[in-house]
Parts: sequence; C-alpha cells; structure tokens
Amino acid sequence: MKFIKHTGTAVPLCIDNIDTDQLIPKQYLKGTEKTGYADALFDTWRYDENGDPVAEFPLNRPEYRNASLLIAGDNFGCGSSREHAAWALQDYGFRVVIAGSFSPIFYMNWLNNGNLPIQLPKRDRDALAALPPETEMEVDLQEQKLRAGGKVYSFELDAAWKERLLTGRDAIDLTLDFETEISAYEKKNPYWQGGCHAG
Amino acid sequence: MATLFDKIWDRHVLAGKEGEAQLLYVDGHLIHEVTSPQAFSGLRLTGRKLRRPDLTYAVMDHNTPTTKKERENITDTVSKKQLDALRKNCDEFGVVLYDMDSEDNAIIHMMGPELGVSLPGKVIVCGDSHTATHGAFGAIACGIGTSEVEHVFATQTLWQAKPKNLGVRFCGSLPRGVYAKDMILALIGTYGNNVGKGSAIEFFGEAVEQMSMDERMTLCNMAIEAGAKFGLVRPDETTFAYVKDRRFAPKGDDFTRATAEWKKLYTDATEDFDTVIEMDISDLAPQITWGTVLNQVVSYDEPFPPVQNENDEKAYAYMDLKPGQTAKEIPVSHVFIGSCTNGRYSDFVIAAEILQGKKVKEGVTGIAVPGSQRVKRALEEAGIARIFIDAGFSWREAGCSLCLGMNPDKVPAYAHCASTSNRNFEGRQGKYARTHLVSPAMAALAAIHGTFQDSRLFVPEEQA
Repeated sequence: MKFIKHTGTAVPLCIDNIDTDQLIPKQYLKGTEKTGYADALFDTWRYDENGDPVAEFPLNRPEYRNASLLIAGDNFGCGSSREHAAWALQDYGFRVVIAGSFSPIFYMNWLNNGNLPIQLPKRDRDALAALPPETEMEVDLQEQKLRAGGKVYSFELDAAWKERLLTGRDAIDLTLDFETEISAYEKKNPYWQGGCHAG
Repeated sequence: MATLFDKIWDRHVLAGKEGEAQLLYVDGHLIHEVTSPQAFSGLRLTGRKLRRPDLTYAVMDHNTPTTKKERENITDTVSKKQLDALRKNCDEFGVVLYDMDSEDNAIIHMMGPELGVSLPGKVIVCGDSHTATHGAFGAIACGIGTSEVEHVFATQTLWQAKPKNLGVRFCGSLPRGVYAKDMILALIGTYGNNVGKGSAIEFFGEAVEQMSMDERMTLCNMAIEAGAKFGLVRPDETTFAYVKDRRFAPKGDDFTRATAEWKKLYTDATEDFDTVIEMDISDLAPQITWGTVLNQVVSYDEPFPPVQNENDEKAYAYMDLKPGQTAKEIPVSHVFIGSCTNGRYSDFVIAAEILQGKKVKEGVTGIAVPGSQRVKRALEEAGIARIFIDAGFSWREAGCSLCLGMNPDKVPAYAHCASTSNRNFEGRQGKYARTHLVSPAMAALAAIHGTFQDSRLFVPEEQA
C-alpha cells in the first residue's frame, strides 16, 4: 500500500512501552486473516471487565473517535512479533504512529503494511499531544515533514523504506529482481548454510 | 576489523547499499501456527511458490494444549482451526511439520537447536520475537512479522537495516544459586529495557565462555526484552560439541570443514563495537520483576523502588504492590517452569534439586512444561519428572503454554505467578494475571514457600 501524504487528527496515548500484548492480546491471534482486528485493539484498556467501553480511555472519547494518528511514548510496540498489532491499528483507522522510539519488529510490521512510523523527541510529542483534538495534522513523506498547529516537524526514514512506501511497490516483486544474486548464494554455499546444488 | 555480527552479515548481503536496508539470504526459516497462516495465504493469492521448503522448519507450539487428553481433543475450535491450517499449509507447500504427536515436537526455539538447524554463521529468522535464542550458536537470528514471513517464503531473503553493535561483557563468575536468567534480568534492570535499541547485542566475557549452550540460549533469548532484535555469542568448542551429530548439522568431513569456518567467527577487537557495557556479576543476587515492564526488576532483598513516573504508578496498581515492599511479601499462588527462556533440560535439573523431597505449598498451583518432547522424555527417563510429580507439580507435554497463555493454560485474574518465562506484561499469562519473572531455582522455591526465597541460600543435599 502506498503512503505519500496523510492528513488527519491525532489521539495522544503518551505511555512508554506500549507492548503488543496491550495492542492486541493473545486470544485474538488465532485468526487466519489479516483483517477483523479493529475491535480487539487495546482490548484490556478499552473495555472493562463486563466488556463495556472505559469512558476515559482516549480512544473511547468522542473527540478522538476519528483519529488516524496515534501519539505514544518510548519503545512503542515492544514485545511479540505479532503483525496482528499492526493489522489491529490499521483496521481501526490509524495510518501514522508517532513515538519516541519503536520496537524493531513492530517498526517493520507497521511499514510493511504501508503505514508510517514517525520518531519524534518527547518535547515535540508533548507539543502535538497538547493541541486541540480537532487539529488537523499533515504528513508529507516526500518532504519527511509533519505540519501541525502552525509548526513543522522533520522526521527520519531509511531511504529504501521511503521509496517502498512512496511507490507502494510489492516488496516480493522488488526482491525477485535479484534472482541472480539469490541463486548465486545458493550455488556458492554448502548445504548447511543455504546451499542448493541440485539446480 | 569487524564484529562477529558484521562478519556473518557481510557473508549474507545480496544487494543494497551500506547504510540503507540490505537484502540478506536466509539460511533457516522456522515457522509456527500463529504467524504463518496469512503468509501462506499470500503465496496462494499471488500464485507464488515457497522457494526453499527444505530450509523451512515447522512446529505447532503456541496453541497446543499441554495435557495428553486435551491434545487428543482440542475443544477450542479457533485454535484447532489454526493448527489445522498449519497442517494443510505445510502439506501443500512441502514443509516438514513436527506436529503434536511427533517426537520432535517442541517450542520452536528448542526444535532448532535440538535438530541442528541452529548452527554458527547462519542467518535464521522466525515469526516470533524470541528468535534471538539461536544467536547463542554464533548466528544472526531475529524475529520477523508475517509480511516478512511471506517474503522469506517467496524469496528466501529479507530486507534489513544493519543494526549497530553493542558488546555486553560479563566480568567475574556467577555466585552459587544465581543464573543466566538473573544476568539478563539484571542487565535490563540496570541499563533499561531499551538498552539494545537499534543494536545487535553480543554477549561476551569469561562468564559467557564458561556457560553451557542452555545458559547462552537463556541469555540471547531475552535480547528482545532489552530492546534488541539480535543477541549472539561467539561460537566455540562448547558450541561445536553441542551441534555435532545433530540431524541437520554437517557430518564427517563436512563437519570438520564447517568447524574450520566457524572458528573464524569472532569479534576482532573490543573497539569494533559501537558501544560496550561491562557488568560485574561476582556479587549478583537473584532477580525478580515486580512490575509490568522488564526494567521493573529488583534484586532479592532490595525493596521495590519509589514511584518515579506514570509507568511505575500504573505497574504498582496493576500488580497490587507498594514501593518499599520486598519480594518476600509477594503472595505467590502459581508457578510456571518452562518456556523458550528456561524450558531446557538443565533448567529442570536445577529446579528438581530444590524440589527433591519437598512439597508444593498448599494453595499453590505448580505447572512444569518441558520446552520439547525430547527434553520431557529425557527428564522422565532420568527420574527427574518424578521429583516434580511427587512434589505436587502438574507434569505436562511440551509447548509455549503459560508463557503467553494462548493454549488452555492460564493464570487466573489477580493471581501472582512466579514464572521462568520472559514477559511480565499486563495480561500476558491471563487477563489481569500478575507475572514475576525469575530463574527456575527461584520459581521452585516459590512453589514450596508460596513466596520468594533466596536461591543463593539453597544448598543441594549432596553438598550440604
């Protein structure tokens, strides 16, 4: 999926170490599809013991209902490799997560679904979180800039991933262009290290 | 001059510029039922083949029940559907599956080492965050997501940004009654649960050189808990002796040839690391997590810290504990010994020494889940299983079990569990369950006493 520009409102959930067990608990990992996880997002924090919405949880507050950017703390997505965490965020409607840092596996999962992880320091995240809920935030990946509340924030992204998001090109198709290199490795190496001499 | 990690990395790069994401060849791909179904569906949708079924190794471990009765009749229909999907997918794409009834069935991170899939110099990936376990063999091993699983299926490669190199040197040697689990928990407690951010961690130093493969695996297993995707240890004679004669390891002259190559895999100089952390473990105490984040950990006897931020406040509320209390005051009602962190043979031997002739305290539920059927059989043959059973533990079939509670094993709401697993997150072992991560020795003592005791004070009978 392509990501070029995105405009939307944000919901702040400025907690550090939001782990993948909170993003989506294990009982929802038994599916065999990539969709249908929106209601499970933040399950334990979003619903009480009776399954009713927790009124004060930010995602349940009416002013944040349509947010598509999530502002979080440090080490977002730590824990398990479950891509269900990315699918749940995406299914709910998020396209951008702004955090102090990301767990490396979640980071790739989020990118691989055509969504954008933005790393910003606490000062910037606090400023964004303090803006009125209806504030429109504009993300421009080409320029690597986020504009909100009259300010401009720059962010970093690996050039290869940026290109991938901008073109929306299928990662596997792109890799299959390197068939020669892949086959060469398989011919060069012994069988206990990827070698394949039959072909 | 290069690090161990860099040397392996360079041998696997197929494309991409330095400083950007690069394309790596994947020598071994481990898969399980939870993170693979959507990847197989992707292959089907696009009409792509699985490039190297011979380098793809499958087990079912996350959903699988740990009692014989439940394994024969899985009542959770959604779990069953996922397990059936793995069977069907492996069959269709030609992947060997170590099913529940296989003698090789195991937690995936135990199957790899036991069958000799985990070898020095390899790049190994798996849709599971504890894949760094295989780094203990001097390999590059990391967890990946399901999109990446599909990518590896189709291409046997993975795009990765090269991480920085963090060297963690453990100085001194461990006091009696203190273990590899305590070392990794103490590292995270001291330097934070994100100390490995953007890095591959190489563990080294005399203490690591003296470690068994089981212990090195415990150390590397929790690299992700320190924020690093990769953890690894230099391969040495201990490693070579472990892998020799295993099913997928090279044999005869090939083994000699392989060993000669593996001996070249080491970090040339400490200066090659981007950062080095030194930790003296000579006086290390047993570690216990008190909160819901990995860095919320204390040494035995050390009071729980004052509230310093919202994270602490949230954790104390969830765990129903207070600053100033100590681990001795935690009412433990559940004990779990197992997982890819501490579910190996030696882990059960350590716990058995403590449980020998003792009983699990009334009101405490103890469950022992060997990480593999192979380990289970070996423990039964050695009479060690009997010690657990006589003490009052429930003795189970292999699987991930209570490490994440995807199968029928759960810790009830609000109960405190002494667990040898790797995550203390909210709800990890069951909704509202309270997890305390410890070594197998500490878990065994907690089962007997219903709270935490000092594992350093325990002396096995033959040494007393």
